[in-house]
Amino acid sequence: MIKIQLNGEIQELSKRHNIDELLKIFSIDPNKVAVELNRTVVSKDKYITTYVSNQDVVEIVTFIGGG
Amino acid sequence: MDNFKVGSKIFKSRLIVGTGKYKNFQETADAITASGADLVTVAVRRVNITNSTEPLLMDFVDPKKITYLPNTAGCFTSEDALRILRLAKESGGWNLVKLEVLGDEKTLYPNMQETIKAAKILVSEGFEVMVYCSDDPIACRQLEDLGVVAVMPLGSLIGSGQGIPNRMNIEIIKKQSKIPVIVDAGIGTASDAVIAMELGCDAVLVNSAIAKAKNPILMAEAMKNAVIAGRQCYLSGRMDKINLASASSPAQGKINN
Repeated sequence: MIKIQLNGEIQELSKRHNIDELLKIFSIDPNKVAVELNRTVVSKDKYITTYVSNQDVVEIVTFIGGG
Repeated sequence: MDNFKVGSKIFKSRLIVGTGKYKNFQETADAITASGADLVTVAVRRVNITNSTEPLLMDFVDPKKITYLPNTAGCFTSEDALRILRLAKESGGWNLVKLEVLGDEKTLYPNMQETIKAAKILVSEGFEVMVYCSDDPIACRQLEDLGVVAVMPLGSLIGSGQGIPNRMNIEIIKKQSKIPVIVDAGIGTASDAVIAMELGCDAVLVNSAIAKAKNPILMAEAMKNAVIAGRQCYLSGRMDKINLASASSPAQGKINN
């Protein structure tokens, strides 16, 4: 069991997952978001090879209405 | 109307619209269609983790048809702005972005020191940066010198609808600039957009004036027409102003002479 901070909230994961798996767990379409791991952007081609670890801080963002 | 070129991109419309403050995404999409805009600003925010099935802007406004211009609205430091735009670049895969670094909650006035700092880094990272800035000719020149693709001086405060109280500054900035000048913020009604375009600005950015109108779709169309009219006026070259009347009908051949 690991704990990560995801979009400001603590989430418990059964094991270390890669970004691709993480997005699937939360039913998020990878084509509509960008992911940041510990303040560094994770490029889409690294979603399979990048794993989250205990205490990691993850941000998943998308585009919303704005001026 | 002649095309609008900014950075490496060419757009049909000289009206850029913001996508905030609408009742819902359908209204946003309808307003964009009515405005004729092919470049729209968007903000970058967290995905709702607890309800990932809720609709997204992208479901209503197709980024393949309408170019998204990611902004850094709400950022008060250059670091925050850089973080947002790096994420935006990864999400969308494009380089054209709108930088804004604010200095004050009440006025949302830009902090030009932080803005210039962030602009320098973004240019060095290969971004094509359009910059929300004060209507200060010196700041605009500094931004141009460091390689941004457009300056976006405020007409008046964001969301205020106060128009362009200081037209002379906008005119000075336009005359000195080799890159596009876009009036951003403060446009309240169609005549404000016409004035910006008549001054020679290359485009205007409108959000609240459309979204907060009683009928946003009709106002979007009004803004489209205003920008076209203002541009056509600028290109056609207005008549000189004179102090006394000059009759339009000829004096010759009058029957009561």
